Amino acid sequence: MQIVQLLVFLILFPLITAFFMFAVRKNGERKLIVSLSALAIGGVLVYLLVTAFDKGAVYFGVGSESVGMVMFAIEMAVAVFIFYLGIRYRNYLVVGLITLQSLAMIWYEAVYARGIEVQYSLFVDQFSLIMALIIGIIGSLICVYALGYMKHFHEHHVEIPDRRNWFFFVLFVFLSAMFGLVFANNIVWVYFFWEITTLCSFLLIGYTKTEEATANAFTALWMNLLGGIAFSGAILYLATLGGGIMGLDQLLASGKVIALLPAVLIGFAGLTKAAQLPFSSWLVGAMVAPTPVSALLHSSTMVKAGVYIIVRLAPIFQGTPSGYALAFIGAFTFLIASGIAISRSNAKQVLAYSTIANLGLVVACAGIGTYEAIWAAILLIIFHAISKSLLFMAVGTVEHRISSRDIENMRGLITCMPKITAMMVIGIAGMFLAPFGMLISKWVAIRAFIDAPLGFIFVIILAFGSAITVFFWAKWMGKIITVVPDKVHLEGKVDPNEWIALVSLAGLTVITCFIFPLISSMLLEPFLLANYGVSAQLSQDNITIMILMLFLLVVLPLSVLLPHHRHKHVPAYMGGRTTTPDMHFSGSLGMQRQMELSNYYLDSWFGEAKLRKIGIGLCTAILAVMFLAVALRGVVL
Amino acid sequence: MAYLKKSPWIIHYDASSCNGCDIEILACLTPMYDVERFGIINTGNPKHADIFVVTGTVNEQNREIILNIYNQIPDPKAVVAVGICATSAGVFRECYNVAGGVDMVIPVDVYVPGCAARPESIIDGIVTALGIIEEKRRMMDLPAGGKPAAADSPGGGT
Amino acid sequence: MISIVWAVIFILLGPVAGGIIAGIDRKVTARMQGRFGPPLLQPFYDVGKLFEKEHIVVNETQIFYVVCYFIFIVFTGGLFFAGADLLLVIFALTLAQIFLVLGAYSSDSPYSHIGAERELLQIIAYEPMVILAAVGMYVVTGSFTVSDILAFPRPVILLIPGLFLGFLYVLTIKLRKSPFDISTSHHAHQEIVKGVTTEFSGPSLGLIEITHWYETVFLLGFVYLFFAWNPVVSAVAVIVVYLLEILIDNTNARVKWQLALKSSWAVAAIVGLVNLAALYYLRGA
Repeated sequence: MQIVQLLVFLILFPLITAFFMFAVRKNGERKLIVSLSALAIGGVLVYLLVTAFDKGAVYFGVGSESVGMVMFAIEMAVAVFIFYLGIRYRNYLVVGLITLQSLAMIWYEAVYARGIEVQYSLFVDQFSLIMALIIGIIGSLICVYALGYMKHFHEHHVEIPDRRNWFFFVLFVFLSAMFGLVFANNIVWVYFFWEITTLCSFLLIGYTKTEEATANAFTALWMNLLGGIAFSGAILYLATLGGGIMGLDQLLASGKVIALLPAVLIGFAGLTKAAQLPFSSWLVGAMVAPTPVSALLHSSTMVKAGVYIIVRLAPIFQGTPSGYALAFIGAFTFLIASGIAISRSNAKQVLAYSTIANLGLVVACAGIGTYEAIWAAILLIIFHAISKSLLFMAVGTVEHRISSRDIENMRGLITCMPKITAMMVIGIAGMFLAPFGMLISKWVAIRAFIDAPLGFIFVIILAFGSAITVFFWAKWMGKIITVVPDKVHLEGKVDPNEWIALVSLAGLTVITCFIFPLISSMLLEPFLLANYGVSAQLSQDNITIMILMLFLLVVLPLSVLLPHHRHKHVPAYMGGRTTTPDMHFSGSLGMQRQMELSNYYLDSWFGEAKLRKIGIGLCTAILAVMFLAVALRGVVL
Repeated sequence: MAYLKKSPWIIHYDASSCNGCDIEILACLTPMYDVERFGIINTGNPKHADIFVVTGTVNEQNREIILNIYNQIPDPKAVVAVGICATSAGVFRECYNVAGGVDMVIPVDVYVPGCAARPESIIDGIVTALGIIEEKRRMMDLPAGGKPAAADSPGGGT
Repeated sequence: MISIVWAVIFILLGPVAGGIIAGIDRKVTARMQGRFGPPLLQPFYDVGKLFEKEHIVVNETQIFYVVCYFIFIVFTGGLFFAGADLLLVIFALTLAQIFLVLGAYSSDSPYSHIGAERELLQIIAYEPMVILAAVGMYVVTGSFTVSDILAFPRPVILLIPGLFLGFLYVLTIKLRKSPFDISTSHHAHQEIVKGVTTEFSGPSLGLIEITHWYETVFLLGFVYLFFAWNPVVSAVAVIVVYLLEILIDNTNARVKWQLALKSSWAVAAIVGLVNLAALYYLRGA
């Protein structure tokens, strides 16, 4: 099969599957379709990888005009739908924004679309391949997980109407749109798929139709629509003053004078989609959605689309004041979001803020834009997607068993759900411990920042932010590995679909750490070589050391299987007070008291309200600088 | 080589003492008597300790606590009852709220009488306890010389 | 260039050196307090005694975490002395520390728990500074590898004095000396009993002790790195620094974690910005 056919398959197949999912009502049939489609997507992806990995960037022209008209029609239908919903829920901000955006695109379509010819609409290169693998593999696993999760969800939330067929429909439409996004070269196509993902996110956040969910869905919608308007602004600019350039490849080749303003506008769209400060509240609010949504859209794929496009446009940003402004937004988001995560005890909020922080780091790397920084950025994208989706799914499973998503209620998880705890530990370790992927990426990022001009400021921000992440991850890990005797085993009731997804991702976390030198040399380094003329590499010594550490970490836990005799057990020291195993002790005046241990949340230092205010203020100011810099560039130059 | 004698760590518990004996015990740590010369450290943690130094009498409130602390000290261990109150309840023997000396609750190895017991006596008592601990260790059949008995594999304990 | 020989020497002689340093520490401390103090080899007697004791636990997983802590500290030090990448060494050190913290968390004990939280606070207090010190060395010598930094012909300290002073500040935290021994220390009763090491006994505790020796040797090696251009000057610097730490230990009371954290971060930020900015300016100029 030709590569272009594989690309089209990947874009259209999930769409077709979506319609099947909409039609199906029984869980058994659903399971069959999801499993088959997961296998199909996985198989095609592997085939695509094998065929395309060594070809560099390959471009394909695919019937631009007819597809363009279909896309425009769908866009207008979506706009009318959103307009109607905005009126119905009295959210006039959304009404205003969608009107503005639609008018911009109508104007484009009416006036300029005829005259613009994009030679290549689709393409694939190593970066697209990596993104596609993430979308396909992680996306499919999450859809499998969702089978078990949503079944339990509706069993326990009878008050929420069971619209599972709609849920899976939107999930698969989303997958289709994501594939389109990473394979599209035509900027109008990218914009189309972008808006579809916005719509999917909106629909999925509001799935439960509770008041909170609806409100948060609209928040996500208007923030992403802001980005969409900027995106359409970029398209209009390119159509008018930009010489009619509408292909990504042409944009990247056209030089900074023309390309910087549209790049900044599209970069702004990327910032809103990746929930960078000051637009982070929508992602935190999106945590009301069912876990598969959080795992798929709001950690591993949709928000990655935001940083994907920024990393794509990084060569345009490199060395410009706007690029530096973008990098600072990312860096400060990283620092501040990590700080806020310390003060949160709701597990999904911690994961949300951690996601925002790590995306900030990717944006910082992209803003700096040297080849080393891009290498770090892509590595971060890969490893974060895997670990974070694992963590979200694990938290979702745990939540269903212990009926809480508060970390304080996860004390002693290792005794009641040992295997899930082990996978959570792998996920958390994957986020901040050497030699796992995220730490390696941060290591690479440090080196990338140092070598860049003015980089030392970013290194300092990274050093502090990295230390902060150690705190909230380690205390979470400590909570779940606390050995509390006599707890009821809850693992038997976990759905097999959830097991498949969790175990696969846990395995993937470890395996990618082992094979990342391979990923780097086969995919990343050729990509960097092609786009930057230079390639980054890790020295062989370092790779050996990391593999050794990883090997130790994998082998050492197996020692629990060795036969050993039990030691004498004594209770914990409670100042001499006699304590029952569940930590009741007789306190003063002979009263029975219960010991409670809580993690430190350092609210006065890292409180959400305080830090958010600082972050929003700071990053809004930097945003202003970013736009000013590009506006003045046009004037001054 | 026997290391227990060279490095006895004590845990000091004030049962219901008037603090007279406690002050004398702490005086042993001061430069005047300097028991750290003998490797003695006052840890506050029974799990780290070898010698349990108790002052004061036993009453209903501290009976369980003495037992609890004693059980948390790893073998081999010795108990030193410092002061006449810990030895036999001393002048408070007939009181309604006093059960007796520490040997009402746990087996005592060395009695250091006095009110308050002098630092010299206390040190003498602890040194005597060292000999007793050494005896106990031999009886536990532990390898002398502190070979790191399989401490490198989790679970392989002594 | 990785030199396995030095790593092996570290693994074999590290605890010996560390134990003797610990013994000197106690002797000098005692003399400062007008006492005689224990014999020089006392730390070895302590560890020997600990391995003779009964191994009691609160739960079986504790032993696993302690052993991993030990293995990874030895690994860290071995990497460092073999001449590997300094950033990797620092991250391996963090990994090892996390095992100790997990070991403390695993027992459901209040003193251990607070000790673990404070240990984490300690870790985040010193980590930025240590990373920035490594970054400073990179900017001066052009490499992160310890063997390259050792081979650098000019004194590294002269170009990064600020970062060195900052490193000394957080060294007090790493060596668990007052005023920053907030999570556990060798002194008498703490307000949280023994903090992180409360629920460990016998051989586990002995292993933690030995691991601390390895850590001390590694940290002093890091200090050595600043002056590496002249071995004699370096050795003298290491001795002076350690004696200084003992002096600071004996003349300061423990502070609250808020002060420890705030001051460490302030120091790291200030010396980081000033020293690195100066370096960048010099490099660019």
